[in-house]
Amino acid sequence: MLDLINVSYDTQIPNNVGLSSDKRVLKALEKWHPGYINWWSDLIPQNFQQSLVYLRTAVSVDPKGWAKFDYVKMPEYRWGVLLAPQVEGRTIPCGEHFGEPAWQEVPGEYRNLLKRLIVIQGDTEPASVEQQRFLGLTAPSLYDMRNLFQVNVEEGRHLWAMVYLLHKYFGRDGREEADDLLLRSSGSEEAPRMLGAFNEETPDWLSFFMFTYFTDRDGKMQLESLAQSGFDPLSRTCRFMLTEEAHHMFVGETGVGRTIQKTCEVMQEHGIEDPYDIEKIRSFGVIDLPTIQKKLNLHYTLSLDLFGQEVSTNAANAFNAGIKGRYMEHRIKDDHMLQADTYTVWDFEDGKAVQKEVPALTAINMRLRDDYTRDAQGGVTRWNKIIEKYGVAFEMKLPHESFNRKIGVFAEKLFNPEGQLVSGAEYDAGVTEWLPTHADGDFIQSLMKPCTEPGQYASWIAPPKVGIDNKPGDFEYVKLHMA
Amino acid sequence: MAKVIDFQTDPSRYRHWRVEYDGEVANLFMDVDENGGLFDGYQLKLNSYDLGVDIELADVVQRMRFEHPEVKVVVMQSGKDKVFCAGANIRMLGGASHAHKVNFCKFTNETRNTFEAAEEDSGQKYVAAVKGACAGGGYELALACNYIMLTNDSSSSVALPEVPLLAVLPGTGGLTRVTDKRKVRRDLADVFCSVEEGVKGQRAVDWRLVDEVVPNSKFDAAVQERAKEFAAQSTKVSGATGIALKPLDRRFGDDSITYSLVEVSIDRDGRKATITLSGPDAEAPASMEEVQAQGSDGYMLRLARELDDAILHLRLNEREIGLLAFASQGDPEKLIAHEKLLMDNADHWLANEILKYWKRVLKRVDLTSRSMVAMVEHGSCFAGVLAELLWACDRSYMMLEEFEGDNRPLATVTLTPANFGLYPMSNDLSRLETRFLGAPEAVEALKEKIGEPLEADEADKLGLITYAFDDIDWEDEVRIFMEERASFSPDAMTGMEANLRFAGPETMETRIFGRLTAWQNWIFQRPNAVGKDGALQRYGTGIRGDYNMERV
Repeated sequence: MLDLINVSYDTQIPNNVGLSSDKRVLKALEKWHPGYINWWSDLIPQNFQQSLVYLRTAVSVDPKGWAKFDYVKMPEYRWGVLLAPQVEGRTIPCGEHFGEPAWQEVPGEYRNLLKRLIVIQGDTEPASVEQQRFLGLTAPSLYDMRNLFQVNVEEGRHLWAMVYLLHKYFGRDGREEADDLLLRSSGSEEAPRMLGAFNEETPDWLSFFMFTYFTDRDGKMQLESLAQSGFDPLSRTCRFMLTEEAHHMFVGETGVGRTIQKTCEVMQEHGIEDPYDIEKIRSFGVIDLPTIQKKLNLHYTLSLDLFGQEVSTNAANAFNAGIKGRYMEHRIKDDHMLQADTYTVWDFEDGKAVQKEVPALTAINMRLRDDYTRDAQGGVTRWNKIIEKYGVAFEMKLPHESFNRKIGVFAEKLFNPEGQLVSGAEYDAGVTEWLPTHADGDFIQSLMKPCTEPGQYASWIAPPKVGIDNKPGDFEYVKLHMA
Repeated sequence: MAKVIDFQTDPSRYRHWRVEYDGEVANLFMDVDENGGLFDGYQLKLNSYDLGVDIELADVVQRMRFEHPEVKVVVMQSGKDKVFCAGANIRMLGGASHAHKVNFCKFTNETRNTFEAAEEDSGQKYVAAVKGACAGGGYELALACNYIMLTNDSSSSVALPEVPLLAVLPGTGGLTRVTDKRKVRRDLADVFCSVEEGVKGQRAVDWRLVDEVVPNSKFDAAVQERAKEFAAQSTKVSGATGIALKPLDRRFGDDSITYSLVEVSIDRDGRKATITLSGPDAEAPASMEEVQAQGSDGYMLRLARELDDAILHLRLNEREIGLLAFASQGDPEKLIAHEKLLMDNADHWLANEILKYWKRVLKRVDLTSRSMVAMVEHGSCFAGVLAELLWACDRSYMMLEEFEGDNRPLATVTLTPANFGLYPMSNDLSRLETRFLGAPEAVEALKEKIGEPLEADEADKLGLITYAFDDIDWEDEVRIFMEERASFSPDAMTGMEANLRFAGPETMETRIFGRLTAWQNWIFQRPNAVGKDGALQRYGTGIRGDYNMERV
C-alpha cells in the first residue's frame, strides 16, 4: 500500500508536471488521494486487491516509458499524471479564436464550460470501473482477467488525469467537483453517474467486450475532440489518454472476435451450417451469432445516445469557443470556424425520418457521431472476416441509427434495425430478434464460469493469437491471492 | 404573432401539466409536451415553457383554489426524469416581439404571485420538489413556492443562468425573490446569479436558496412526508367541497366581446375599448349554502372571472387599444348586498376565495399597461368592489346632476368597508390609502361615509373622482380627454402611468413589477440581448453574443 502519511509524490506518482514543486496541486491531491484509495478498495473484490496482476504502467510519456509491464497489486498501482509533451507554438485549432495561441491558463469566460466538460469526461472514467466491478469473478481466463484489470486501472488513471486538471486550474470549485467524482457512483440511487449509459451494470463478459468496443469508443471520440482543445493542458492530457484508450478498444474488438471465432469453430467441428440453429449451437457452450448481433445492436445504440441530441447548443458553444474540436480537426480542410457552413443530420418530420441541413456549428455532435460510426465499422468488418473464414453464412451489421434510441429525434419511436418505422405490433414481434432477451441473458450468464488455470479458456471464447507483452500462452497473468 | 391567445382552458385540454389529488395533498406534475408550443418555430424541450404552458398553470392554480378547497399542500414537481424545469423557452423568447415578451413576463409574474400568495390567502401551500436541472424560470417557479426541497444527488442544482448565458435577467421575480424572499446575502446572490451551473447540495441550503436538501434515495418519500406534515400543520378548514369552474359564457364579435355580465366594445379608430360591467342580475343569496350551490354562476365570482378574462384578452390580443374605459350599469344596493354576504362570511372558504380572487383581478387591472379611465355615468353601480376601479384607473369622470333625456338614476359612488383594506394593491396599501398618501386622515374621514350613495359634487369634494361634469360639459370634456390620450406616445404613457399608480412603500411585488420588470424590459430592447448579434438571438447557434461594452 502507499504510505498515505508520507507520500512521495514524485517517486510514487509518475508525472511530468512537476508535481513535487506545485504546492497548490500537491495540497489538493493529498486531500483527494485517500478518498480515491478508499473508493478503489471498496470497489474491487478483496481477493483481487491482494492478487498480483501483470499490468502495464505508464511512468513517462516517451515511447520507452509509457508501457512498463510488471506484477503489481492493484491498490499499489502507480496512477500517474502524464501529459503529452507541449507542442511549441500550438494554436487554437477551431472556433472564433482560431489561430490564436493555445491557452496555457483557463480563460475566465470559458471557465464554467471547460469545467463542465472535464467533469463529464471525468465522471465516465470511474463509472466504467464501477460497472465492471464484479466481472473478475467470472473471468473466462487469467488473460482476460488481466485485461479487465488493465482497463480498470487505466480508467482510474484517466480519472486522475481529469482530477489533476480540476485541481490545477479550477480552484475551489475544481476541488469540490473532484470530490464529487468520488461521491457519485454508477447505478447509485443516491448519486448516480451523470450519463445514463454509465449507470447500468455490465452483467457479463460479452457485454464487457461490447462495452469496451462500442462505449469506450465513444470515450475515444470524446477524447479525440478534447485533444483538439484550445486549452492546451486539456489537449495534452487527452492526447496521452488516447494511447491507453486504444488498448481498451483492442480488448473489446479481440474479445468479441474471439467469441465469434469460438462459435464458428464449434459450428464447423459439429457440422452445423445454419447460424440460426440456436438450440444446437448453444448446446455446445458457445454463444450463437444472432445473439452476438443482438448484443451488438444494444451496445451500439446505447453508445450512439452518448453523443446527445442531433442539434446541440452546448456542442456548438464548445466548438465555437475553441474548447472542443472535431475528430482530426487538423486534417479537415475548411475554415475551422463553421459560422456559415451546414451539416446534414437526421430529423423526424411528418412521421418520417428525413435528412436535413442544419448550421454546422449546432451539428458538431452529429459530425463526431458519424465519425464514430465509421470508426466502429472497422472492427465489425474484421469480425465478418472471421465468420467468412469459417464459411458461415452470417454477417454482423451495425443497426440503423434510428433503432432503439432514447435520446435525439428518434427517441422512443419504433424503428427496426434497418431504419424503417414499424408499428407497435411489428416491433413487439421483432424485438426479440433485435435485442437481447432476458432468456438470452440467462443463457450467457450460464456460461460465465471462471476459468483461472493459466492457459485455459472458458468454453465460449477462443484464446488470443498473441499474449500481452508477447508472453507465452500459459503465462500466469494474474497470481490470484487465495484468502 | 397575430394568433388570438385564449386564456380559458380546462383540465381536459391540458398538454403540459397534470395533477394527482391525494386528499389534502395535490401532486402537480410539470410534463411539458415538446410539440405543444403556442406558436411555431420552437420545441419546448426540457420542460421549458411558453405562454401556453403558463396559461395552463394559471388554470391549475385557480381551479386548485375553487374546485379543490380540500387541498392544503400542492407539491410542484417534474414529470420528466432529469430536469425539473429549464425555464422560459429561449427560442420562443428569441423569436417573440418585444410586446409579446413583456406581456408573457407580466402574466407569468402574476401567476407566480398567485400561487405564492395561496398559502397566506387560503392555506394552500406550494412546495417545490426539485430533482434534476432547475434553471432560470424553472428556479423562479420554485422560488414562488413557499418551501423548496432539493435532492442531493450531487448533480441536481438550482440556477439563475440568465446573465452569463443570455445577457438578460431572471425577470420572473428571480432576482427579487432571491434577495427579498429567500433573503440571500447580496454578495452570495451576486455569485449565484453569475454562474451558469448554479448551486447544489448543502451549499444551496447554506446560501438560503432552498429550504432543505434530501438524500436522493429518500427524496420522494421525504417530499410526501413533508407535504403531509405541512397539511397537518395547516389551519385551513378541512373537508370543504369545491365548486366547478364552468366555461365562461363568452361570444366574440368583430369589435366586441360579450360575456354574461361584461361587455367589451372596441373603437379601433379611437384606439379605445369600453368595458361595461353589469350590476347583479339577481338578489344577493341568503346564505353561503346558496352561494355554494350557485357555484361559478354566482354573480360575484362570475363577474370577476369575466372581467379577468376580458383584461387578459385585451392585453394580449388588442395591443393597439391604448385606452380602457370602465363603465358600469346596475343597482349599487344589490351589489353591496352581494359583497356584504361574502364579507360577513369571510371565514367561509368560498367567500374567502371569491374575495381574494377580486383582490387579484383588481391587481391585474392596476398592472395593466393601458391608460385607464372610469366613467361614472348615471345608472352606474360603482360601489364597494367596483368602486375600487375608480382608484385603479388613472382618472375618473362622473356625471353631475341630471342629463337631458336620461332618466337613469343619478350617478353615485358608494363606499363599503371592503374599500378600506380588503383589496390591497401590490404595495400592500388599499387603493384609498394609496390615493390619499399625503392625507391619511382623509381615509379615516371617508369611513364615516360608508354606505352613503355619494353624488358627483360630494364625491368630487371627497377626492374620490377626478372630475364631475354636467350635461353641458360632459360630452366635450370626455371626448377631448380621450382624443388627447390617444395622441400621446404609448411608451411614455405606460411609463408615466406605471410610475404614478404605485405611490408609497415598496413591497416585493412592486419591486418585481417595477424595478425588475423595468430593467428587464430595458434589456429586452438593447442590442446586447436582442440585436441580431445579441446573446438572445445567437443562443443555440454556438456563437456568442457580441456585446457593446459601453456601460450606459
